[in-house]
Amino acid sequence: MRTGLIAKKLGMTRIFKEDGTHVPVTVLHLDDVQVVDVRTAERDGYTAVQLGTGRAKVKNVTAPNKGHFARCAVEPKAKLVEFRVDPANLPAPGAKLSAAHFIVGQKIDVCGISRGKGFAGVMKRWNFAGLEASHGVSISHRSHGSTGNRQDPGKTFAGKKMAGHLGHERVTTLNLEIASVDADKGLIMVRGSIPGGRGGYVLLRDAIKRKPPEGVPMPAGLRAETGA
Amino acid sequence: MNIIQQYEADEIARLTAARPVPEFDAGDTVRVMVNIKEGERSRVQAFEGVCIARSNKGLNSNFTVRKISYGEGVERVFALYAPTIADIQVVRRGAVRRAKLYYLRGRRGKSARIAERARETETN
Repeated sequence: MRTGLIAKKLGMTRIFKEDGTHVPVTVLHLDDVQVVDVRTAERDGYTAVQLGTGRAKVKNVTAPNKGHFARCAVEPKAKLVEFRVDPANLPAPGAKLSAAHFIVGQKIDVCGISRGKGFAGVMKRWNFAGLEASHGVSISHRSHGSTGNRQDPGKTFAGKKMAGHLGHERVTTLNLEIASVDADKGLIMVRGSIPGGRGGYVLLRDAIKRKPPEGVPMPAGLRAETGA
Repeated sequence: MNIIQQYEADEIARLTAARPVPEFDAGDTVRVMVNIKEGERSRVQAFEGVCIARSNKGLNSNFTVRKISYGEGVERVFALYAPTIADIQVVRRGAVRRAKLYYLRGRRGKSARIAERARETETN
């Protein structure tokens, strides 16, 4: 298992291809994605990489995190995230990850925080049909109906679908296709839509339900250390 | 300019270099040459009619062409920068006072005519 990537969602656009088809894509930006730390089986009991992205103002970094970044000798990062990896695919701390980590045509899974929709009724949240428009229904056209039975069982079963908070939860979309990769600009374009709003962080990883294709860079797609 | 705007500007520059987009507006009669693939062969088919709407949104711009084909009204929406379009020719410039000519859908024959725009004929 390779490491994933953390990217920022910029928005959507389209790609016109040479054969005349066009692809709707979500544009993701890799902003200085760097390996901050590694977790090893001897020290931590599991193997993982900790990636950081963006840039944090030093005055906003907590003292423990300041020490952590200093020990790993990387600039303070705005967002930290861990990916479990195989011990063989452990990149060195400080390594910079490139958009060429993924190749065009590859399938990936994307996790994001979906847009919050507030306290939503049962029709929006669970696709209930609501009540009728007429036939004596008053005021409660969008309500749920009954929530239980009679004296037996005498209670509403736990987990009953009702109105409540919708959205702003972690959502994973499986098997999205990489439409284009621009390693110089750090851009990845993924076919289709991705959970979350513009400017949100999303996690990308190789699709877990597919074999990774041939030619995927093996510890991870790293950026050459030229002048950086 | 943010990254997406930059990308779309570059794409528009690339696609218009391959196939320029003439100036035309709603009311103009246009001939759109469409690349069609039939198995191995590819050919160009013309779709000629009145442009009844333009939607200008950068790379995602499109326009609607309406014509009467064998007595039946046919409308087709084209992406302005689509590489499937081999050429767009402006056949006639129409004088209209609306941006969207959806009122033509309810009309036939004489009442669906559009007067030719007298000025600006030197373009193209």
